[in-house]
Amino acid sequence: MKILVCIKQVPDMESKFKIAASGTWYDSADLAWRMNEYDEYAVEQAVQLKEQVKEADLTVLCIGSERVKETMKKALAMGCDRGAHVADDDCAGKEPYEIAAIIAEYAKDKGFDLIFTGMQSQDRGSAQVGVLAAEMLGIPSISTIVTFSYADGRIEVKRELEGGVKALLKTRTPALVTCQLGLNTPRYPTLPNIMKAKKKELISLPVADLLKVEARMETVKMYFPEKKGGGLVLEGDPGQLADKLIQILKEKTGVLA
Amino acid sequence: MKILLVAEYRDGKLLGSAYELIAFAQKMAADSVMFLAGSEAALPAYDGRLYLADAAVCGEFNPDVHKALLLDVIAREQPEMIAFSHSSYGWDLAPRVAFALRAAQVSEVVDVADGALVVPACNAKLRRNVQVKTAKTVVTLQAGAFGLADAPAGTPAVEKISADAAGKLEFGGYEAAEQGGVDLSKAEVIVSAGRGVGKPENVAMVAALAKALKGEYGASRPVVDSGWVEHKRQVGTTGQSVAPKLYVACGISGAIQHLAGMKKSEFIVAINTDKDAPIGEVADVLVVADLKQFVPLLTEKLQAL
Ligand SMILES: Cc1cc2nc3c(=O)[nH]c(=O)nc-3n(C[C@H](O)[C@H](O)[C@H](O)COP(=O)(O)OP(=O)(O)OC[C@H]3O[C@@H](n4cnc5c(N)ncnc54)[C@H](O)[C@@H]3O)c2cc1C
Repeated sequence: MKILVCIKQVPDMESKFKIAASGTWYDSADLAWRMNEYDEYAVEQAVQLKEQVKEADLTVLCIGSERVKETMKKALAMGCDRGAHVADDDCAGKEPYEIAAIIAEYAKDKGFDLIFTGMQSQDRGSAQVGVLAAEMLGIPSISTIVTFSYADGRIEVKRELEGGVKALLKTRTPALVTCQLGLNTPRYPTLPNIMKAKKKELISLPVADLLKVEARMETVKMYFPEKKGGGLVLEGDPGQLADKLIQILKEKTGVLA
Repeated sequence: MKILLVAEYRDGKLLGSAYELIAFAQKMAADSVMFLAGSEAALPAYDGRLYLADAAVCGEFNPDVHKALLLDVIAREQPEMIAFSHSSYGWDLAPRVAFALRAAQVSEVVDVADGALVVPACNAKLRRNVQVKTAKTVVTLQAGAFGLADAPAGTPAVEKISADAAGKLEFGGYEAAEQGGVDLSKAEVIVSAGRGVGKPENVAMVAALAKALKGEYGASRPVVDSGWVEHKRQVGTTGQSVAPKLYVACGISGAIQHLAGMKKSEFIVAINTDKDAPIGEVADVLVVADLKQFVPLLTEKLQAL
């Protein structure tokens, strides 16, 4: 069985963001980078599937600059067999359609039985790439899965809907699934596996070889939203903050009465 | 401009998000027509043409068939824009339709400004204005971003449609959310633990604060996904919607899916080390502090009252 998992490197969302000089994206300097949270579940599920079927080859694909190789190494240490790095210094400027087209172009002749992606990225949050890539490849896709099982060329999943309701779905492979938070418990790479990952194949492909479409939209401006909430911000010594908060709760709410 | 609004139907009911789509069309000063895979027994209050596919035949969730139905309607109506809700139904179907139409898709639109569609980025810490280069545009709208000023009214002119397409997915029904246990919707005070609590042991300090305030404790999704707190206590779009007199968010960043479940609370306090956390947008008071230090201190002082 051949499996592909697609991951993205994103900044830690607790970072202090600045707008880049272009005015159309955030500045990539001074940020801490990590694997997109949704993709961690995708990698874990792909590794679990490989462990289940035994005879499997699992590729992790990531588009981005040299920097993203760090995140790919984590996926390799979690259990992916090989890495396909699509070298692109302007990955942030690409819209979901272009990203999906790169993935589909890479995957088209390789006969992957299953493709895993996160349901969305934490920075762009478009929730398009996985479903689009599947449409381009002409294979079924199921988005937002919270359970996954595979047997004999068929998958059975639960897809999450609003309010905690789930829909049960089945389809045949080849197929693509997009993974939602909580699908599994992503493993921490162990030290021996981190060492082993260093020896795994990690090839770089120039993005120009895989990108054959043009962007259908562009970000014309990125900015901080206007602060609308006129909330009070309390800072300082925790003891004094607690007294102040109790005072406010007494004045503004009836809960301490 | 003409917009095709894609309404939603689940478990025999029309979803209220249909009215957010209508509000969006009004905001765009556009003509609209509507599509619904639903039933004649649950039609929206809408003055316009409604293309209705029978969900009993085409399925409530059957993306390939719904795509085929939509493409038919689009061929007849030639709308410049197709609008979905940014929901489990919408974000799944929209890219399929956009791809078939060779259209750009702009996800999770929250506003329209200067001729551009406005969308959030980085957990709502940032915003982007997006300009589209294609003749047709597909959009998904953030839940709650657009609302009607007046109560919806009208009767749609229904046109029934059907498709012969077959889907690639087999739908096996719904599984209800977990039942039983605590009912957060009855609590007057809710104190919720977010990922900022750091480890399962620290949930206890949040529960202790809830007790000191004579309330219940809740949690954000990562805390539930990690198995530290039961799902019944999850607040947000895929958990409970609550509106207590007091909501205290401890170590919760304020993602839209969490806010959707608690922003109607009467008074909101957030405790967060990040002064820029989006929870600050809805909080009446943001205490910038380490919850591990602050929460036990506050609990002690409350107990001493
Ligand atoms: C379809 C869908 C449905 C979803 N449904 C839900 C839902 O129902 N409910 C829900 O909650 N989420 C839901 N989510 C997930 C949501 O997008 C966020 O990922 C989640 O709400 C983040 O939880 P959090 O704020 O606890 O964690 P984070 O976003 O990681 O935030 C942690 C916060 O803690 C702060 N912090 C860290 N350490 C400390 C400290 N020592 N003291 C004080 N503060 C600290 C940080 O500054 C940060 O702001 C859903 C997502 C999707 C895609």
